[in-house]
Amino acid sequence: MAVCIAVIAKENYPLYIRSVPVQNELKFHYTVHTTLDVVEEKISAVGKAMADQRELYLGLLYPTEDYKVYPSHMIKNMAVTNSKVKFVIVVDSSNTSLRDNEIRSMFRKLHNSFTDVMCNPFYNPGDTIQSKAFDSMVSAMMVQAS
Amino acid sequence: MEPQEEKPIIYTMENKPIVTCAGDQALFTSLYTPLAQQLPREPMEWRRSYGRAPRTIHLEANFVQFKEELLPKEGNKALLTFPFLHIYWTDCCDIKVYKASVRDNMMRWQGNLRLHGSADWVIVVVETSDAKKKNKTNILPRSSLVDKIRNDFCNKQNDRCVVLSDPLKDSSRSQESWSAFLLKLRTLLLMSFTQNLGRFEEDMRTLREKRNQPGWSFCDYFMVQEELAFVFEMLQQCEDALVQYDELDALFTQYVLNFGAGDGANWLGSFCSPVKRWTGLLLRRPIDMEKRDGIQSGQASLLELRSYLFCRQCTLLIFLQRPWEVTQRALELLHNCVQELCLLEVSMLEGALDCWVFLSCLEVLHRIEGCCDQAQLEANVSHTVGLWAYATDKLKSLGYMCGLVSEKGPLSLELNRTVDLLAGLGDEKAETVHSLQSPYKKLKEALSSVEAFERHYLELSHAAVEMYRAIGRMRSAGLVGKSLAEFYMRKGDPEQAESFLQNALRSYVSEGWSLLVTHTRKQMAECQKLQGKTETYLQTSALLAGDANLTNEERIHFCQEILTFANQSTDSKAQKVTLSMSSFAQLKQLQFRPATATVHSGTALQVELCLRSLMPVAVPLEQLAASVHLNLEQGETNGKTRGPQRRPYPETVLFPLGNSSAMPPSAAGPSPELEEIQDCSPSDPRSLNSTGMVCKNTHLVMRRHDSSPSPDTPNLVSPVPVVMDDGANMLMSGDVTLLPGNNSIVFSVPSQELGTYTLRQLCATVGQVQFILPHISPLVHYEVYSQESQLTVEPLTDQLLAGLPQRAKVRLQTGHYTVKKGDALQLTNIDSMPILTSSSCPATILNSTAERVDESVLFIQSSDKVTCISLPPTPPYHTLEFQLEVLCVIPSDPVRPENQRLTNGEIRHRPRSYNLPDNHMTAINQRMSIDCPWSIYSTPISLTFYIPFKAKHSLLSAGNRKYIQVCLQNVSDVNFHLMDQRLTEKHRESSLELQSLNTKAQQLVYSKQSLYYVWDVRWKENMPLCLQCVFSASFSSASEEVSAFKPYHYAFQLERVTTLYSVRTEIMPAAGQQNCHSGSLCGLEMSITRLAEPEDDEDDRGTEKKGQTETEEVCSTKLMYKVADGSSSWVVYGRSSGLVSMPMDANANHRVQVELMPLFAGHLPFPDIEVFKYLPPSANSASQPDTDGCVENDTLSLLVRPLDDQGDTASIRSQGTVHSVGSGEQQSRVLPMPRLEPFSPGQVFNHSQGCQVLVLPSTDGHVLEINAT
Repeated sequence: MAVCIAVIAKENYPLYIRSVPVQNELKFHYTVHTTLDVVEEKISAVGKAMADQRELYLGLLYPTEDYKVYPSHMIKNMAVTNSKVKFVIVVDSSNTSLRDNEIRSMFRKLHNSFTDVMCNPFYNPGDTIQSKAFDSMVSAMMVQAS
Repeated sequence: MEPQEEKPIIYTMENKPIVTCAGDQALFTSLYTPLAQQLPREPMEWRRSYGRAPRTIHLEANFVQFKEELLPKEGNKALLTFPFLHIYWTDCCDIKVYKASVRDNMMRWQGNLRLHGSADWVIVVVETSDAKKKNKTNILPRSSLVDKIRNDFCNKQNDRCVVLSDPLKDSSRSQESWSAFLLKLRTLLLMSFTQNLGRFEEDMRTLREKRNQPGWSFCDYFMVQEELAFVFEMLQQCEDALVQYDELDALFTQYVLNFGAGDGANWLGSFCSPVKRWTGLLLRRPIDMEKRDGIQSGQASLLELRSYLFCRQCTLLIFLQRPWEVTQRALELLHNCVQELCLLEVSMLEGALDCWVFLSCLEVLHRIEGCCDQAQLEANVSHTVGLWAYATDKLKSLGYMCGLVSEKGPLSLELNRTVDLLAGLGDEKAETVHSLQSPYKKLKEALSSVEAFERHYLELSHAAVEMYRAIGRMRSAGLVGKSLAEFYMRKGDPEQAESFLQNALRSYVSEGWSLLVTHTRKQMAECQKLQGKTETYLQTSALLAGDANLTNEERIHFCQEILTFANQSTDSKAQKVTLSMSSFAQLKQLQFRPATATVHSGTALQVELCLRSLMPVAVPLEQLAASVHLNLEQGETNGKTRGPQRRPYPETVLFPLGNSSAMPPSAAGPSPELEEIQDCSPSDPRSLNSTGMVCKNTHLVMRRHDSSPSPDTPNLVSPVPVVMDDGANMLMSGDVTLLPGNNSIVFSVPSQELGTYTLRQLCATVGQVQFILPHISPLVHYEVYSQESQLTVEPLTDQLLAGLPQRAKVRLQTGHYTVKKGDALQLTNIDSMPILTSSSCPATILNSTAERVDESVLFIQSSDKVTCISLPPTPPYHTLEFQLEVLCVIPSDPVRPENQRLTNGEIRHRPRSYNLPDNHMTAINQRMSIDCPWSIYSTPISLTFYIPFKAKHSLLSAGNRKYIQVCLQNVSDVNFHLMDQRLTEKHRESSLELQSLNTKAQQLVYSKQSLYYVWDVRWKENMPLCLQCVFSASFSSASEEVSAFKPYHYAFQLERVTTLYSVRTEIMPAAGQQNCHSGSLCGLEMSITRLAEPEDDEDDRGTEKKGQTETEEVCSTKLMYKVADGSSSWVVYGRSSGLVSMPMDANANHRVQVELMPLFAGHLPFPDIEVFKYLPPSANSASQPDTDGCVENDTLSLLVRPLDDQGDTASIRSQGTVHSVGSGEQQSRVLPMPRLEPFSPGQVFNHSQGCQVLVLPSTDGHVLEINAT
């Protein structure tokens, strides 16, 4: 269901980014990078009010339309973690069966897996994620799409 | 309202619910104005079914004349034309009239209504007082007429008949009646709404439920539900109206989605037909009737349906003052439409959709601009910017499609496409024909020519960039900028493109998006190449060639670009292109050989660099050079202080991994270099005052990160020009080929000049290109030093003992001097320290790292004055070591006054011997000088020897007999064997005989122990006045097995050895007593006897003043005795001292009686008798005036008196004591006062030494003293 999953560090560099159509990787990178604008805007606008809320899910924020290769637009759902690490899931919106709570559960899974990565004593916070477990979890989320 | 409207035009906002009026038209017309005014004046609460929220509503109505045609026919769903209420007006007050005409009329009216199933009617009876008054006679009371009407028509619905009294009068009654009427009217209207709308909704729902049946048409349903929406809108319930449209929207969307999922509905087929027109949204009209008709007739395309739907939603939203929702919905709609067209596989001319989206975006923006003021717009840029960007994007793609972006202009194919696209736009709508800025005009113009397109595209792009910037979406702005750059590149205008690319690149680099960096950089490279910016292009190429994100082919391509340029045979004068090395290769580590990185001048030092080439192919370097900076401040010549092992150097210097483009920016930032510091107190280095951590690179760590990127970041868009230092020392290495990956390059470092060298830069030259690493960090130093030759002689053991052969280590550090064959050390011989080493001795040669290199044999030649040690050839900066055996002769006489001259003319320093306090050994410093071949100066060498023994002598007497005792103390830590102890006279002149009383055997003297020796001195003739003796013994170290005995001498001198006087003392009890008793007086008789013959000039006072050379003094005429009781067991009665005049002749005797009293009982030792020479004041002292004698007497008398007053013991009162006191004073003042001079130890012999006398306790027994010790 997801076509691109990205984990963005607090400093806005990608900790992890993976997309399914590999030939389109660059476009996804551009899209995810641009998305950060909206994420930052959203966080700063809502951030203080939402600070104590447990809800980190920001919802659909950045719809675009890609007419060249994928004549469909993608929905990006974002969640911001407490460590200001951002998750971005890019979903091909031609997959219309996807509901909001499914996206949420994807984020939950992603978040849990990320927490596992952080718990690894050999992982240096700030390094790019190279965990196989994380990778396979992301793969699983992407495989469901195809 | 005039009832001429046959078919109401649907202009919803102006529409009002229709109310028909029947009956007396004239009456109604007269009442119409107040009615139309007052009806909407008061709001009504509209409670609705299905739990929908009640709404407050201001009712208005369109009053039309009742016609039968107005009544809806069966199945007519039109709601707008539906009459919600039918009113019958009458002012009839005459029952006859009523019965005659009005009643029938009403019946007909009601029958009509009933026929059409309409139950919403009311009969208004207008009552005027005038009419009443006119014909009073046959007038029924009003109430009765009303009752009649009620009776006739409203069976049980009494409220269907209303009375309006005096409506045109301004009275309270009229008012009341009006308001009652209005209320009734409103209530009835609402009831009608509720009822009719409810019924309508019911029907609508039924229709919707049939949607899965064949033949159901969405368009039909659309019309039905829109009817409802219209009514809500008419009732100004825009929310509800919007809900209707949203439901329609959702329904349609769902159908499309289902279609996509394979569940196609027949009616959707009409929407799947190819789209022929793409006129875009049209939001200027509240209702686009044209499109509505299309929908109604089922001929609308998907775009038209969507456009119409959005147009309606937009109108309602703007009416609801929610313009920002419009923009948001617009964006969603546009995205959604694009997707739906795809889902439905609607065939469309390529680019048509772009046209539609572009037009729609602009139309929405125009619409929003039309209803908001500037401030509002600026505050909500974030809502509109998406549309701007979308429009920009679409225009761009249109431009590309129609060949408007290329340099050459559109091709014919592209022109045809343009024409087709423009044809699909149709004619401009009437609303915008006159506006200059309509989206239609814009698009048409933009597609018409290259220039116009550029103008419009740039305008849009810049607007989008500006807006993004304004709301802080820098990344989005960058992205738009990037597409602008692409546009410029297509236009062949790389200058314009570059700044946009740089902006984007900077942002990507700073945020660490490597893939984006790579992509942008590729564009950048192209841009720079087009511009002919060789240097930056090459730099970018270098970065790209080392970029892991690129394929190998691409990397090789860029690498080849560099190499091609580098190998261009341009004239040599051309400036070489300097590039930053960080993109080309990384310095990984650096290693010195030797690892200490400290060499003496002239030695080979090698630096091994590990350089990781980032290039994909092997790069042949013409030269790799490292510039070094020489710092002369330290280490120039003071090689003595800085040995080779001065500081511990790490074996290899590792360089932190240079920040590659793949590295996140946070990691690329400098990490703090921390160092622990400890502050020790100066007094005690072990106690710690404070400790802490110090960050050494605060200036880097604390630097603001958001400011411009640091200049040495290799990822910088335009690299800072790196300048190669000129004139610095260079380490060169030619013809190196850098293979991809790690390369090891070895430099030979020149080490001629002295000083500390710092590696500064690294420069790789490839043809015309130089890659320069501007800073090598951390700093790497190496040091070249020079050292003078040094010669040291050190004792091999802790202490060198004098008298025994000792070994000393000679260490020769050659420094920069090369010891050649034939070089020799020349040692001046010292008598007191001969060199014992035989003609050859082994020597070791060590290199600078203290490794044994060679061994050889030294040849030592000794002549009288000089010992010559020939050295083996030794290379510079080596150490030659050998041992010398030396012997320090113990000086027999510690007092040696004369200076000796060394053979080389230097003043010979007498071996300085000094006694260390306590039992320490006497040290002797032996100095020798060595002539070295490398210096014209002699090297003085000092060795300290310690004498292991200390000797003391003493003279013992027994009457006339004399003994000499020598005490030999071993002060060293070594045990010695001693033998052959002898005492000899130094000058064998007198007939002395020294007879040893000691054992002849070899003796062992342990460390810190002493041996005593005694000799009996006998003489035949006269005893010499001065005895000069030498004690000698042979000793050897007890630890050594082969005992080579070495001599030890101790010379001493004894003077005035002869016994002159003997003193004999006797203590006699008081007369008549056997023993002495304590507390009672007894007598002491001392007898002083002269034993030796006095000499001739014995009485010469002057001789005393001549000092030590005077040896002739034998006796004096006057002696002074003193009874000194050291143990305070005696009290002297009377004089304890006195002067005795001894006759000159031998055996002259003098007796003195002194009275004593013992204080204790027991065996008391005799009190000591001290005898002094008495020297009266000098008579022949010429300088001494006579008056001094008087002064002396005065002082004496002055001194005596206070002593008398004290009433002390008799001994103090005595005259002699006063004299002795006086003599003490005299010595200090050097006045001619009488002096006392003690005899030498052997000159007075006391016979009674050690005698004791028995003292009994006093007889009276009063005092019993027990002295317990």
